[in-house]
Amino acid sequence: MRFMLLFSRQGKLRLQKWYVPLGDQEKRRLGRELVQTILGRKAKMCSFLEWRDLKVVYKRYASLYFCCAIEEQDNELITLEVIHRYVELLDKYFGSVCELDIIFNFEKAYFILDEFLLGGEAQETSKKSVLKAIEQADQLQENIDFQMRLFPAPS
Amino acid sequence: MPAVSKGDGMRGLAVFISDIRNCKSKEAEIKRINKELANIRSKFKGDKALDGYSKKKYVCKLLFIFLLGHDIDFGHMEAVNLLSSNKYTEKQIGYLFISVLVNSNSELIRLINNAIKNDLSSRNPTFMCLALHCIANVGSREMAEAFAGEIPRILVAGDTMDSVKQSAALCLLRLYKASPDLVLMGEWTSRVVHLLNDQHMGVVTAAISLITCLSSKNPDEFKTCVSLAVSRLSRIVSSASTDLQDYTYYFVPAPWLSCKLLRLLQCYPPPEDGAVKGRLVECLETILNKAQEPPKSKKVQHSNAKNAILFEAISLIIHYDSEPNLLVRACNQLGQFLQHRETNLRYLALESMCTLASSEFSHEAVKTHIETVINALKTERDVSVRQRAADLLYAMCDRSNAKQIVAEMLSYLETADYSIREEMVLKVAILAEKYAVDYSWYVDTILNLIRIAGDYVSEEVWYRVIQIVINRDDVQGYAAKTVFEALQAPACHENMVKVGGYILGEFGNLIAGDPRSSPLVQFNLLHSKFHLCSVPTRALLLSAYIKFINLFPETKATIQEVLRSDSQIRNSDVELQQRAVEYLKLSSIASTDVLATVLEEMPPFPERESSILAKLKKKKGPGVVVVSELEDGKREGGELNGGGDRGPDSAMSASNASTPSPDLLGLRSAAPVGAGPPSGGSLLVDVFSESGAGGPAAAVNDDGFLRFVCKNNGVLFENQLLQIGIKSEYRQNLGRMYLFYGNKTSVQFASFSTTVSYPGELQSHILTPLPVLTPPRLIPLPTAYRIHSQQLNVQTKPVEPLVEGGAQVQQVLNIECITDFSEAPQLNIKFRYGGALQNITLKLPVTINKFFQPTEMTATDFFQRWKQLSQPQQEAQKIFKANHGMDTEVLKAKLLGLGTALLENVDPNPENYVCAGVVQTKSQQVGVLLRLEPNAQAQMYRLTLRSSKDTVSKRLCDLLAEQF
Repeated sequence: MRFMLLFSRQGKLRLQKWYVPLGDQEKRRLGRELVQTILGRKAKMCSFLEWRDLKVVYKRYASLYFCCAIEEQDNELITLEVIHRYVELLDKYFGSVCELDIIFNFEKAYFILDEFLLGGEAQETSKKSVLKAIEQADQLQENIDFQMRLFPAPS
Repeated sequence: MPAVSKGDGMRGLAVFISDIRNCKSKEAEIKRINKELANIRSKFKGDKALDGYSKKKYVCKLLFIFLLGHDIDFGHMEAVNLLSSNKYTEKQIGYLFISVLVNSNSELIRLINNAIKNDLSSRNPTFMCLALHCIANVGSREMAEAFAGEIPRILVAGDTMDSVKQSAALCLLRLYKASPDLVLMGEWTSRVVHLLNDQHMGVVTAAISLITCLSSKNPDEFKTCVSLAVSRLSRIVSSASTDLQDYTYYFVPAPWLSCKLLRLLQCYPPPEDGAVKGRLVECLETILNKAQEPPKSKKVQHSNAKNAILFEAISLIIHYDSEPNLLVRACNQLGQFLQHRETNLRYLALESMCTLASSEFSHEAVKTHIETVINALKTERDVSVRQRAADLLYAMCDRSNAKQIVAEMLSYLETADYSIREEMVLKVAILAEKYAVDYSWYVDTILNLIRIAGDYVSEEVWYRVIQIVINRDDVQGYAAKTVFEALQAPACHENMVKVGGYILGEFGNLIAGDPRSSPLVQFNLLHSKFHLCSVPTRALLLSAYIKFINLFPETKATIQEVLRSDSQIRNSDVELQQRAVEYLKLSSIASTDVLATVLEEMPPFPERESSILAKLKKKKGPGVVVVSELEDGKREGGELNGGGDRGPDSAMSASNASTPSPDLLGLRSAAPVGAGPPSGGSLLVDVFSESGAGGPAAAVNDDGFLRFVCKNNGVLFENQLLQIGIKSEYRQNLGRMYLFYGNKTSVQFASFSTTVSYPGELQSHILTPLPVLTPPRLIPLPTAYRIHSQQLNVQTKPVEPLVEGGAQVQQVLNIECITDFSEAPQLNIKFRYGGALQNITLKLPVTINKFFQPTEMTATDFFQRWKQLSQPQQEAQKIFKANHGMDTEVLKAKLLGLGTALLENVDPNPENYVCAGVVQTKSQQVGVLLRLEPNAQAQMYRLTLRSSKDTVSKRLCDLLAEQF
């Protein structure tokens, strides 16, 4: 996978993950163009399109579009399910996720994505394992906070 | 405010995000952001040390601002500080900031790498994963230098936690993609491959991406992965849907891993080990069978996951291209999807079938779906699906269905989306040319194309139809008649006027007998369009008019009047004015003979790959399925029609006025036109040539060489700077070759020199300067060169050392064949362009067959001599695949071009060709008999040569085997 974008129906980017090295200008330009292309498509259209030299796979969930740009040899259908699994993960973590959750907790959305996909490839496809990793990290934070409060570090 | 704030919320951040969301305008947002940036900057610069929480909060705000699309130029150092925090979330935010906003500041990179190093050696799996994620997200060369050695160790160590292994595998993959030279697997290879056997499905899922990438680059080192992958796949495919617990996705066992396994296998040919292969074929069959089973869930996720595996399996089957049974089953399965209610499946089925169409085992099976695909082209509501249907029609097209497919594509063009029209036009043009059985159909198709989608018909397309008409005399009359009719339409596209003008200018005489299309009617028809056309088209029409004067002297007065009118001769456009003036002058002062020579019919274009095909390839980029080459020789289209790539307009005007105006006026005195042969002028321009840069070329370029075995005139060589045209004539054992060196640039070539040499063992005494035998003069004449080998004498004079920009110089070679030869003489050209020395070496197309005298003989004579030449060394034979089309006319033309007599009614099999000739050399004459047996079904030829001299048989056989 080359990159993944989440954006609203108004075309606002909510999350962007780039798996290939590109300059900021280039990223913005590609993002803008692709968002416009996809927003210009009608509801019942195919989830796949050829865009520049890439294959694009996208799906809309409520007010958010999830969109992946993949390589020539990548599998479109499994990419569609990559998107779905990510949505499931967000949903499970936030509890019935909505766009606002992703806006206000954008860093969490990135962390969850990193547990699921790394370098553009599936790292862990088990929903349980990914959530466990995230929960553990949250837990770790709380424990450390707790310890810190009990035994303030000498300064 | 957010409904949920998990982990530890950052209230300040949430408030800021709310503020931004409440901004009513872009200006308000920018104002709010600037305020926040000022605030953060002052906090970072302030005297008071910030606590970790505040630092984290501000870094997170900066990140948010950056992700909104604003530039961030500070905060990196604070983010780096967070990396060494012992609080997990602070570290995490620090890493996130670095991953998103990495800066190539080397000082910073060193600090970041230090922090990563600490976390990697912390033995805390959560910290290790964070560090690995950061490396994978950044993937820079500096990081590869720092960690490419360490990560493989972590990946294969026995005590590494599974989650860390997963991150390590993909981290390494990212580094390998970015800096393959720094990732050395060496000793780790076998342990990495064995990760495919890992008990943890997550580890296998992550590791296989790495293994696939490494295998595709070093297949041999990783080939043990094949059997491991097959057995893993087999276990998954045969497992019950519940066996794999959380790796089962909507009742489909491990779909991601299955797809990746099938993908990995596509890096290799089918397994050699029979047992492994059997097991794999079983897996593929099971996957195909499962597609027929009723779904275990109605959810789209179930069918998507299942079909993802199915499509990947089909890709593997197509990749192997060796199991007819599986290929046909795959094709049938895709056929079902073509009518599926899911648009996504129809799209993928069309796409996948495109590749199946190019397999000889499934091409026919794909063709059975033609009606469905045509229907898709007509009824699909999504343009991207229609595009796939058009691609598939193009891929499944062959001689049997070309007329139907081209007709459907043409009718689709009338309503096609603007976005795909140009590509459709190119495809129709290519198919029409490639599968033209009769050329009247081809001409009709292209004219229809111009009629329906004239705006999208690029220059290449209409140039091409003209090249083909010019190269095929059987279609010229029809083409003239058809364009004449097409031009009758009151509003016809300008491209139609161009084609019409060109064709009538060349071949209007072929329909002039009919009073309805008499010369004057033709002229008036063309001229009625003149005023509506753009300047380039008008220029072309003017050239057509002057050609009319030559074809039909009775139109001379009318046309001269048109040329003389103020709107022509005083036209504000320089090109038009110049043409009008020159053509008028030419028509009034040149004698009929001179006129006939200057305005001679265009010679055939040199054979080349269709420029349209090149354009389509360029348009689609590499990796695109271009027409399936199943039934056809690779360049059949190009060869069949013998088309060249020159833009006819430029070629035409060059031929009309073979040199710029000064020479035109010089016509009166001498007739330099005869000296510079008519085709010489047209060689100057080649609009579409895409030859490489004109850099120094050390190696001998013999691309052009083989094209001249069966012909004597054409372009031998061309790059961006220089074009070399050839015209040659031979009689008995003597030949004369004219070389035309054209400077394509606007800059002078300095120190231009050419040398002819003869390669091989005789080189040492080949090149002897030889004074020209003339009376003594004060200034010595340039020395003439002569090479004399034992086989060939070549004599020439040096060329002028300066070639002005745009100019052409000529060199004459006199050639004498002493005895038969195999090696061709070489031509070396050196000159300075700008400051750079250009050095080009070419093989001169002097081949033994040039010295053929054709010999007519009866069947009896032929076979009697054939039998006489029956000693093994007298015969040379080759069996070879047809590289070009097997069109009878083209074959005949080539055999005639060879120089022998083509003997009709000699061979009992009318499909075969037999020829006879005598090679004339100074020392002896060598009789040669030739027989060419085509096998259209197998697309093969058998070529047999018999002659009294073994070297002659062999050389001719070698030369000719490259021609068909």
